[in-house]
Amino acid sequence: MSETSLKGRLGALALVAPLVLFLAIFFAWPLASMLKESVSDPVGSHAFPLTAAVAGDWDRQSEPPEALKQAFVDDLRAIDDQQLLGDAVRRLNSAQNGFRTLMSRTIRAVEEQPEGPLDLVAVDKRWADVRFWRAVADSTNPYTDRYLLAALDYERDASGRIAALPAEASANTAILLRTLGIGAVVTLACALIGLPYAMLVASVDGWKRQALLGAVLLPLWTSLLVRTAAWFILLQEQGLINDTLMSLGLIGSPLPLIFNRLGVVIAMTHVLLPFMVLPIYSVLLSIPRNLMPAAASLGAPPWRAFLRVLLPLSLRGVVSGSLLVFMTAIGYYITPALIGGAQDQMISSVIAFYAIGSANWGMAGALGAILLVATLALYTVYGRLSADRAGGR
Amino acid sequence: MPLSQSNIRFEKVSKSYGTLRVVDDLDLMIDQGEFLSLLGPSGSGKTTILMMLAGFEAPSGGTISLGSQRIDPLPPHRRNMGVVFQNYALFPHMSVAANVAFPLEMRGTPRSEIEQKVTRALDMVQLGAMKDRRPAQLSGGQQQRVALARALVFEPSVVLMDEPLGALDKQLREQMQLDIRALHKRLGLTIVFVTHDQSEALTMSDRIAVFNRGRIEQIGTPREIYDQPRSRFVAQFIGETNLVEGTLAEAGDAGATVKLEGGGTIRVQPSDLRPDAGRILVSVRPERIRLGPDAASENAYPATVTDAVYHGDHLRIQLDNGAFGFVAKADRKTAEFNPGDRVMVSFAPADCWMLPA
Repeated sequence: MSETSLKGRLGALALVAPLVLFLAIFFAWPLASMLKESVSDPVGSHAFPLTAAVAGDWDRQSEPPEALKQAFVDDLRAIDDQQLLGDAVRRLNSAQNGFRTLMSRTIRAVEEQPEGPLDLVAVDKRWADVRFWRAVADSTNPYTDRYLLAALDYERDASGRIAALPAEASANTAILLRTLGIGAVVTLACALIGLPYAMLVASVDGWKRQALLGAVLLPLWTSLLVRTAAWFILLQEQGLINDTLMSLGLIGSPLPLIFNRLGVVIAMTHVLLPFMVLPIYSVLLSIPRNLMPAAASLGAPPWRAFLRVLLPLSLRGVVSGSLLVFMTAIGYYITPALIGGAQDQMISSVIAFYAIGSANWGMAGALGAILLVATLALYTVYGRLSADRAGGR
Repeated sequence: MPLSQSNIRFEKVSKSYGTLRVVDDLDLMIDQGEFLSLLGPSGSGKTTILMMLAGFEAPSGGTISLGSQRIDPLPPHRRNMGVVFQNYALFPHMSVAANVAFPLEMRGTPRSEIEQKVTRALDMVQLGAMKDRRPAQLSGGQQQRVALARALVFEPSVVLMDEPLGALDKQLREQMQLDIRALHKRLGLTIVFVTHDQSEALTMSDRIAVFNRGRIEQIGTPREIYDQPRSRFVAQFIGETNLVEGTLAEAGDAGATVKLEGGGTIRVQPSDLRPDAGRILVSVRPERIRLGPDAASENAYPATVTDAVYHGDHLRIQLDNGAFGFVAKADRKTAEFNPGDRVMVSFAPADCWMLPA
């Protein structure tokens, strides 16, 4: 066992190295940093390092110890990065209202007395309130669950317990549910169209099969934006569909096909259909050709043979197709943004808003993490199901 | 068996795909309780005939009837014939028991009865213990037996088998041949069995129909097909044979004499064959050829051994006498033969059979 086998192993490693590096740099690392972003809260610990060191000694309920207060004052004296201080104040104010005025008054007091102990309660009465100290102490923890909680419309209340956000501030759950709902409807539509279509493709051969496969693959070869724009042209009020129906006299006024849920579902179903058709088609190809004749010879009329033999056997393809379509659908962004109305925006557009619009990477990361967890959970269920099937009853 | 009259009749049946004529004007009668093998090379039309019988292919012309009923317009699920497919065609998502129960469910058999019949059918093929397994968990031979149980459980009067043993190894195949034959005898089934394996056809069948290019070359008992082939195709397709060309010199009740190209004659058994131009083939099976130093028989020719191959149970010897070559099968114990040896080749007139050239 020897040099040659070692050499062979090294050679194999060298061959997979580009893939591993690619995945590490462009997949694993961004994913990990996104997840880290969703739970990290570094401002407090950077701004108040001395406070951070003693914050762990306090139980958050009793009167804050003098050491903590002194550490906080020392931190405020030591800080010279105004940007960092501004961020820290914002961070504290988001946890407890009133910090903005409190902090400006306190900083002024600290500047006036650069040495020795300082009676903060004399500077401002609010320093006697435990809640403000709790906010200071909590802000020094570099990790936080508030983005994840906020992504699900929860927060920690003043006493640190998890509580639901007020209804007017809780849009995320509704959007998340809407996302899952649209994903489910699109998946169902794809399955209803995709299964018969895949059966049709598998039942013919030669140029007919190529043509049918090409028709369903065509959307994959065009850019998502172009496809979506094409639906824009077709579905709009003076679009091709409405014009045709009106000129045929079938409808009196244009149907509302765009900027609503129907338009989003139509366009997404079209775009995602290949992901349903292809897995079903490949499963159908693997079904032995003589099973349907066998069922017929055993006395099964065509529809019963279909229900008892072909349908159950193609279900594996439907399940993997549904999984692909659903997981892709819940991450959709462009199509709902262009074709949907305000009430059809999906979770990705919220993520985009936080990431691009307001630079709140914590919220963007948290929402992304929630989406990731939902997808992984689905995938686990699928893995279980397919393992059961393979193992027999 | 439920049906009293289950003889199958093909009348002027033909089948074409485009310009390709696969089955040509076929007339065939299959008796009730008969084991008929359709034997032929691939592309000879034998499988197409089975598919037309099962209802998966429609004849281009002619009629097929079962007893007094014309069946060619019926869809496959109304024909009540058991079909055993080449690759078993078991339903992979169902257990063995569910596979066997399938035809009964399709016929609306009551649940309690289904269970009983499935158990009986699986016991018949010695697979009662496997009823909860999936087909993929069984060996090829076991899968084939499940397919057999499934095709028999609804008590069809006719069972069609499309090269059912082709995927099995030799030993298992021979065991299954005996099993199927025993079932045929015990249940009084009519079996139509498609194969390209001539030894399989010889061992299992009541009658064999030899197909070539969409037509029946010859139909008869295995003995007739082997011993009295009617054409060069049949003689060469069934077993191995030596064919010698000549002209018919004289024919009578005691036998005939054939004059050979390179001089000399062969005495052959009596035949009613009277070729127009006198051109004729004489067929002699290799195992009927005797090799020895003496010329005791009427048909004796000196020859040189060109090759001798050891086959375990026999020696296969290639001979040449200048005018024609011979293949002989010799008992491996009688003598040693080496290339270059001069020997006497002889065979009895009763072992010589004439065919049209």
